[in-house]
Parts: sequence; C-alpha cells; structure tokens
Amino acid sequence: MKELIKGNEALAEAAIIAGCRHYFGYPITPQNEITAYMAKRMPEVGGVFVQAESEVASINMVFGAAAAGVRVMTTTSSPGFSLMQEGVSYLAAAHLPCVLANIMRGGPGLGNIAGSQGDYFQAVKGGGHGDYRLIVLTPAYVQEMIDFTILAFDLADKYLIPVLILTDGIVGQMVEPAEFPKDYKPNFYDKSWALTGAKGRPKNVVRTLWLDDYGVENNNIKLQQKYARIKAEFVMYEEFMTEDAEVILVAYGTPARICKAITKKLRNEGYKVGTFRLQSAFPFPEYRLMELALEKHVKGFLVVEMSAGQMVEDVRLSVRDYKPVNFYGRMGGVLPEERKIIEYTLDMLKGKVEVN
Amino acid sequence: MELKLIFDKPKTMTDTKTHYCPGCGHGVLHRIVAEVIDELGIKDRVIGIAPVGCAVTAYDYWDIDMCEAAHGRVAAVATGLKRARPDAIVFGYQGDGDLAAIGLAETIHAANRGELITIIFVNNATYGMTGGQMAPTTLVGQVTKTSPKGRNPNNFEGYPLRVAEMIAMLEAPVYVERCMVTSTESVFNTKRAIKKAFTLQMQGKGYSFVEVLSGCPNEWHINPVEANRWIEEEMTKFFPLGVFKDKYPEIK
Repeated sequence: MKELIKGNEALAEAAIIAGCRHYFGYPITPQNEITAYMAKRMPEVGGVFVQAESEVASINMVFGAAAAGVRVMTTTSSPGFSLMQEGVSYLAAAHLPCVLANIMRGGPGLGNIAGSQGDYFQAVKGGGHGDYRLIVLTPAYVQEMIDFTILAFDLADKYLIPVLILTDGIVGQMVEPAEFPKDYKPNFYDKSWALTGAKGRPKNVVRTLWLDDYGVENNNIKLQQKYARIKAEFVMYEEFMTEDAEVILVAYGTPARICKAITKKLRNEGYKVGTFRLQSAFPFPEYRLMELALEKHVKGFLVVEMSAGQMVEDVRLSVRDYKPVNFYGRMGGVLPEERKIIEYTLDMLKGKVEVN
Repeated sequence: MELKLIFDKPKTMTDTKTHYCPGCGHGVLHRIVAEVIDELGIKDRVIGIAPVGCAVTAYDYWDIDMCEAAHGRVAAVATGLKRARPDAIVFGYQGDGDLAAIGLAETIHAANRGELITIIFVNNATYGMTGGQMAPTTLVGQVTKTSPKGRNPNNFEGYPLRVAEMIAMLEAPVYVERCMVTSTESVFNTKRAIKKAFTLQMQGKGYSFVEVLSGCPNEWHINPVEANRWIEEEMTKFFPLGVFKDKYPEIK
C-alpha cells in the first residue's frame, strides 16, 4: 500500500529494509531527515547510529564498517560530500562496498540549502584523487529513493564498489506517495575478504598502498576491469515519448520531472517532443543516446540541468557531432524555467541548431 | 644434553623483515604488541589498524587481520570496525603526525565517545616517514627540516602537544598512560601498559590509550644509544611518564 512519505525518510527506511544496520552521519541541510530518522530507527532494529564529528570522520567510519563486511551507509549534502572525497577515494581503491548519498544543494562554497545539481562532475568523474569511479544512481521520485537505495546495496556488494545516490534537495524534501517492498531479501554475497579476526583462516588485509613497482598499477587495472564489467552489465534510464520525438529533452532528478511535464504539454499541442531521463549517471547511457542521435526523426537534444552545464558534457560525448546538443540550466538552487525550456524546444523544432 | 627453547618469535609476528631503521622504536613496540596478543590468546579476534607514517606497512609484520586508514583517520576507522564487529579486539597504531596533527579531531572524539578501542600512540617528536619535519610533539628548540633554527614558540611555531594529558582530561577514557622503550625495564613496563589496555577492552571497560616515547635516531641525526639517552633526559622533561588516568587500578 502506498503511503505519503518524504524522500529523505524513504531513503533511510529503504536502507533499513536492505539490511543496513550501520549508519554514520553528520548533520547538514537538506538531508537532516536522514540522520534524525536513523538516530531513532537504528536502535529499534538493533542497528548502530553514530553522529560523527565531521564528514571526514563519518566516511572513515564507513570505511571501517565496510572493511568489517557489513552493509553500511552515510548521507550528506554538497559541502559535506566535498569533505568525504578523501574517504571515497580510499573506499574505491580498497574495493569496499558501501552506499553513500549526496542530496545536492546550491554551491560552490557554503552556497545555500536549495536543491541543486552542481556536484555532477564530482560524483561522476571522481571527486577525490586517483583513477576511480562510483556507481551513481539518480532518483527523481520518492519511489525511486526507495527502489534505488535498495538496489544500491546489492550493486555495492555485487561489484565491491561504493554506490552513490545522487539527487537534489527537492527530491529529498518532497513528500509523495510511495511504497516499500514487502519481501526484499538480499542475495548472498561472498565476504570472505572482510576483517572479522583471522579465525581458522589466513589473515585478511584491507589496503590501498603498494610500494613495489607494479602493485598500484595492478590495482588500477583491476578497478578499470571492474568498471568495464559494470558498464557492460548495468545502466538505467527512462524514455518518455521518445519513439518519434524530434527534440529530446535530457535531464535527471527534478529537472527531468519538469521536462516530462513539458513533454506532455507540448505533445497535447501536437509537437513531437520526448524526455530522456538518466537513472544512472555512471554507467552513463551513452549507447542508447547514440542510437537516438542516429534516428532520422531526432533533430537534436536539449539538456536541462540545475547547474552551469555538467551532465551535458557526457551527452555531447555520447552524441558526438551527429546531432546538435543544446543546454539550458539555472545555478545556485534556482529551478529551470518552464517557459525557457519551451522556447528553446520550439526553436529546435523549427530547425534552429543553436538556441540559448 | 636436552635443548630447551626459552626465547622465540611471537606467533603474531610474521617472518617478514621490517623496514625500520636501526634504533627505531617501532620494531620493539611491534614485538611488544605481538607478545601481548599471544599472551591474551586473541590472535584470531584482533583487528589492527595501520597509520600513514613509518608504520604504514605494519600489516606485513603482524599475522592478524589488518586495516589501512587514511592519514589521521585511524580512530574513525577503528570506530567503524568495532561497531561492526563488537566481539573483535580493535586497536590503532599511530605516529605523532597521524594522531596529533591531521587526526587530532578523530582521536579526541573517538576517545570522548568512549569507543571500546585501544590506541597505541608512538611519539618520536618528528615526522620519520617524510624525512624529519616538525611534528606537533617536536620539542622546543629541536631542529627539524621544517624548523631549521629549532622549534621556536616565539615564532608562532607552538609548543609540543601533550596528547596523553589531553585524552586523560576527557570523562570517557578509562586508561591513559605514557611509557617509553629505551631500556629493558621500560620495555617491560610498556608491555604491562599495553596488556592492560587490551585487557580493559576485552572486558568492555572502555577506551584505552598508551603513548610510547620512541627513538628516531635517523632523523634526530644521532646514534641509537644517544637517541635513548635523549628520550630519557630531554623528552621525558616535557612528556612525563606515568599513568594519567586509570578507572580500574585493580585490573592488571
């Protein structure tokens, strides 16, 4: 049965359903509902909640718990995620599974507490040092906050990788009907590598340092092979009325919901418009976007973000020069305007190559 | 004649040769930790955390489950490990740069929460790994690569941090002691302190912290014998040895 629930609380309860019993966090708006929910809920289910002294500490607590082989999560918002980048690099390098969430707010700097999407580069290209990637899921609905969080724990355990839930503060704060799964059971994942005390087996070591000639390169090769496998096996997106669309709006999170509403509205007026919504940003749906670019009916793409234009770079890399890719975005926690999106879409439908 | 084995390598030590310099305190301290783990019979339930610093590859020398931590983050990683594996005996092994500079926040807060962990703090008054720079524990007047004229508080270079005393000020920790490893007697005393710290954790009493003054002759540019003398005569003047806090004096 569906119930009215807030995005942040949906994410928190979904983690509990997924078997997460260890949560480490530091308060920051607009994700405070998650830390408060976990403080209350974890003791009820026999779990652990720790309010860390900083995001630097919470991500390293996650490192310790992940090394011990338990399902563990931390959540934060933009400035906090910047502080976590050190730990994220180590988690990726050590092949440790965990779930992270960045409920993005306006930046750079302290910015504001309004929903924003300025952290796409940091999330998708690797915000810390070294060659690494995270699996990045981008929910736009409260239902997806539930479904993607549960999926995130399974992906993390399957691929031994940190999985990031990347969404904006609007999705985090939004209250809408959603439903929790009743019968979720995690698959069995091998955790023989975990630190539990070396009882009846040789010692385990969780490390990211190798001082011999090829140790670190070998770990990098393992990481890249893993990312190639993930890209071959997993990607998520939603296509909305793209089958005959002449202009395709590309977005994720809250702007994608605006784009879908505009698509419906323009379709009612007879315009052939569609929306392509990312549900995962890494892996990026590059092959599907290329396929769409090669469709005769597609004149071009309009990317809409709450940023200066970050995800648009990946769309351009995917589409290459086959079709024009235009961009419209607002920054610092301001929503893209419906009338602007419609204006640029109509311009593109008329055959204009460059709008905005 | 029957030969009797009266001295051997602890089971918890591997056969790997250490990379430590002659006269460095880490070798002795590694052995002390290994002997304590053997004697307490916890080799199969202990998890150690190596710092960033000279002891970064401690996991090669101890035959136990080991975790790495980013520079300074040992206490946070230890918190995560212990909360996830409450039956494990979790200890961190950190140098002065790791613990007293970059990791001071994590150190103080883990201690203040009363995490059921043991921290062994190796204080050699310098950054050994990076080549002998000024540490938070560098003595006033001590020449290092980044205090070439000697550490000068009048030049805003500050005073050595007395970490054991800082930890002892907090309510939650149950045991805080400062030792050294310069002589047979002080080595035995350090072993007693570390054994007690582990025992307190095993009994669920609380957070324990042992600081150990340790030589770095290589970066102090003196020989090992002089290094030990410098610890005993100079370091202990500012870093007095002793027990700063003990909520369970009856436990040995």
